[in-house]
Amino acid sequence: MGGRTVLITGVSRDLGRTFARSLAESPGIDRVVGVDVTPPRGDLGAASFVRADIRNPVMAKIIAKEDVDAVVHMSVIATPGSAGARGTMKELNVIGTMQLLAACQKSERVRQVLVKSSTTAYAASSRDPAMFTEDMEPRSAPRTGYAKDVADVEGYVRGFARRRPDVAVTILRCANVIGPRVVSPLASYLRLPVIPTVLGFDPRLQFLHEHDLVSALGHAVANPVPGTFNVAGDGVLMLSQALRRMQRPSLPLPAAAFGGVRATLHRARLAELPPELLAFLTYGRGVDTTRMRTELGFVPRYTTASAFEEFAATLSPTGGRTQRAVGALAERFPARPAMPPSRLAIAGGDDG
Amino acid sequence: MGDAEIIPIGTRGRPGRATGTRPSAAARGLAPQPKSRKRGKPAAEPEEQQAERPGSDERTEPAERPERTESDDRAGAPTEEQPPVVPGAGESQPAARLEVAEREPSTGIPVGDWLMAFQQASRELFGEQWEPQLARFLAFLRRRLTGEYDVDEYGFDPEITERFLFAALRPIAQKWFRIEVRGIENIPADGGALVVSNHSGTIPVDGLMTMTTIHDRTGRFLRPLGADLVFRLPFVGSVARKGGATLACNEDAERMLRGGELVGVWPEGFKGIGKPYAERYKLQRFGRGGFVSAAVKTGVPIVPLSVVGAEEIYPLVGNIPALARVLGVPYIPITPLFPLLGPLGLVPLPSKWILEFGEPIRTDALESGAAEDPMLVFNVTDQVRETIQQTLYALLRERTSVFR
Repeated sequence: MGGRTVLITGVSRDLGRTFARSLAESPGIDRVVGVDVTPPRGDLGAASFVRADIRNPVMAKIIAKEDVDAVVHMSVIATPGSAGARGTMKELNVIGTMQLLAACQKSERVRQVLVKSSTTAYAASSRDPAMFTEDMEPRSAPRTGYAKDVADVEGYVRGFARRRPDVAVTILRCANVIGPRVVSPLASYLRLPVIPTVLGFDPRLQFLHEHDLVSALGHAVANPVPGTFNVAGDGVLMLSQALRRMQRPSLPLPAAAFGGVRATLHRARLAELPPELLAFLTYGRGVDTTRMRTELGFVPRYTTASAFEEFAATLSPTGGRTQRAVGALAERFPARPAMPPSRLAIAGGDDG
Repeated sequence: MGDAEIIPIGTRGRPGRATGTRPSAAARGLAPQPKSRKRGKPAAEPEEQQAERPGSDERTEPAERPERTESDDRAGAPTEEQPPVVPGAGESQPAARLEVAEREPSTGIPVGDWLMAFQQASRELFGEQWEPQLARFLAFLRRRLTGEYDVDEYGFDPEITERFLFAALRPIAQKWFRIEVRGIENIPADGGALVVSNHSGTIPVDGLMTMTTIHDRTGRFLRPLGADLVFRLPFVGSVARKGGATLACNEDAERMLRGGELVGVWPEGFKGIGKPYAERYKLQRFGRGGFVSAAVKTGVPIVPLSVVGAEEIYPLVGNIPALARVLGVPYIPITPLFPLLGPLGLVPLPSKWILEFGEPIRTDALESGAAEDPMLVFNVTDQVRETIQQTLYALLRERTSVFR
């Protein structure tokens, strides 16, 4: 068997496109076929593009015709965005996944299915353990939105893995992806000039750099290891700490008032804060990445802090006057030599 | 200046307070003056003016006069520092100077004066070693403000815990409750260990005091396990995480113990702190023994801790179950002083505390599957509970008074 043919769904969006491009250049991969309903906005590089809807049975034909060996499913979307309403989003996520998996099951050739999932699968609540491992269930099963979609998608993928034990099925639960070019609810939230926070709560955040997401997916394609893996940068950042590093002012609001802000931001098209993000910004979440290192064998290049630093570097600080003032003072101070004796004497005299 | 001169309080017949059609001088002083900067002197001049300040009282500068009148009419120079009009030769000068000070607030006080005041203040605050002290403090402040500090995966912030939480609790522990510690050597110097304590006192002050005391005596941080209510409440939850707490669940307990932390657990939970005063020092059910199975799984020693004195800080004499249910909390406490005295009722009674750490109960000798054996887990749980209960009785017999 020569090089492999990989089919990637969801290439119209930036992360999917970047991954398709980088995968097309990696050794051992013959062809990369990108599939989406809308054409990608940028350059796909050596990858080819097929315009198709994954909700359509035509996927089975594409998989058969292109002799696909591996399928990377990246089109589980977090916000309706360009797709339209929540109903469309749910259909795209859940029905799309079902159709895609049905097509994979029909194919004799497919040997690997890789699904990019999210740590949103663990939800966020006050009863959460500090660090979720892959075996843990969410403490409160999500009932709506993206979190519910993720749970459903993962359920279907596990069902597929049971039906086709000969296919290596890998689920990567990625922490919130962040980077200079990332467009996501959390990223647009952090790009607000004044960042509303939930009063009295300071969530723990974990980030995955966009570069690490692409390399994690590439690593998983090259080394098929069946199973579910958390993928996140090392360490955690508190939201308050992140805002200080970004030098952006925060606006703490009581949890009850936060809903109003959400609606306003949504109407103003500044940011979209879906309910699962609100829970995340209240209670935070951490995932354990031991299995990512030991079993999957992937080591991210960026820690949570350095990924965030690179993201923050692209944003101009809108606050942080105090930080800068204290910084300037602290910089000046230890560097100063001892005070001139005359001045010291005066000061001492005043003291006594 | 002439000492004999009488400085009038009024405006000497000029338009001022309630005498004319124009607003009062004070009111004019409050009004914004957008144009004054442009109409005034070039930016460099005020500093020159500042430099001349000490001698300038005696001198008169005719060139200043027209502008002064102009500006005085327009914007009103007087502030709190100066009477509206100063008679005599000095009249024009302070007003002109003041106006400058108003226009350039940042250069109002010479840099040298600032520096001197700053030095003096730091000397007062930090003593003779003020310079390195201040440098350290500034570095700390900067680190906090720029977020360049690390928290662990549970959200524990050792710096803030040491500098603020413990600093605030230490005087309470030492001066108010006069905590006496016994058997501190039973806390291992390093590696994981599980401190199991009785729980009392209506609000979990005993946990905070144990944390502070253990840190002061051994330098180790006790990582408490808290109920999920703690993490549901705003402020309480975030402070708890910063202080090193995490949720009381097996996953977190095992994770922390594996990480070599000193973990504190109060297995009685709300049954312990919320029990009526009449039942003081009677241990409640010890949960489901989850803490024992965590210790057995990770093979760390269990250190029983008996706290005497915490029961008396807020004697719980009543409860409002209906209100508690509405608010979603386990109980609404009524003590002899709360809510009778309002916030004053929140001051804990100054009982004398004794913390006795018992001999560690080793779990590393048990075989690997021991955590799965419910009978063994129950036995160890009972052993820990009995040890604490007997120690409590012994300490109570020894105690002559609650407050001494």
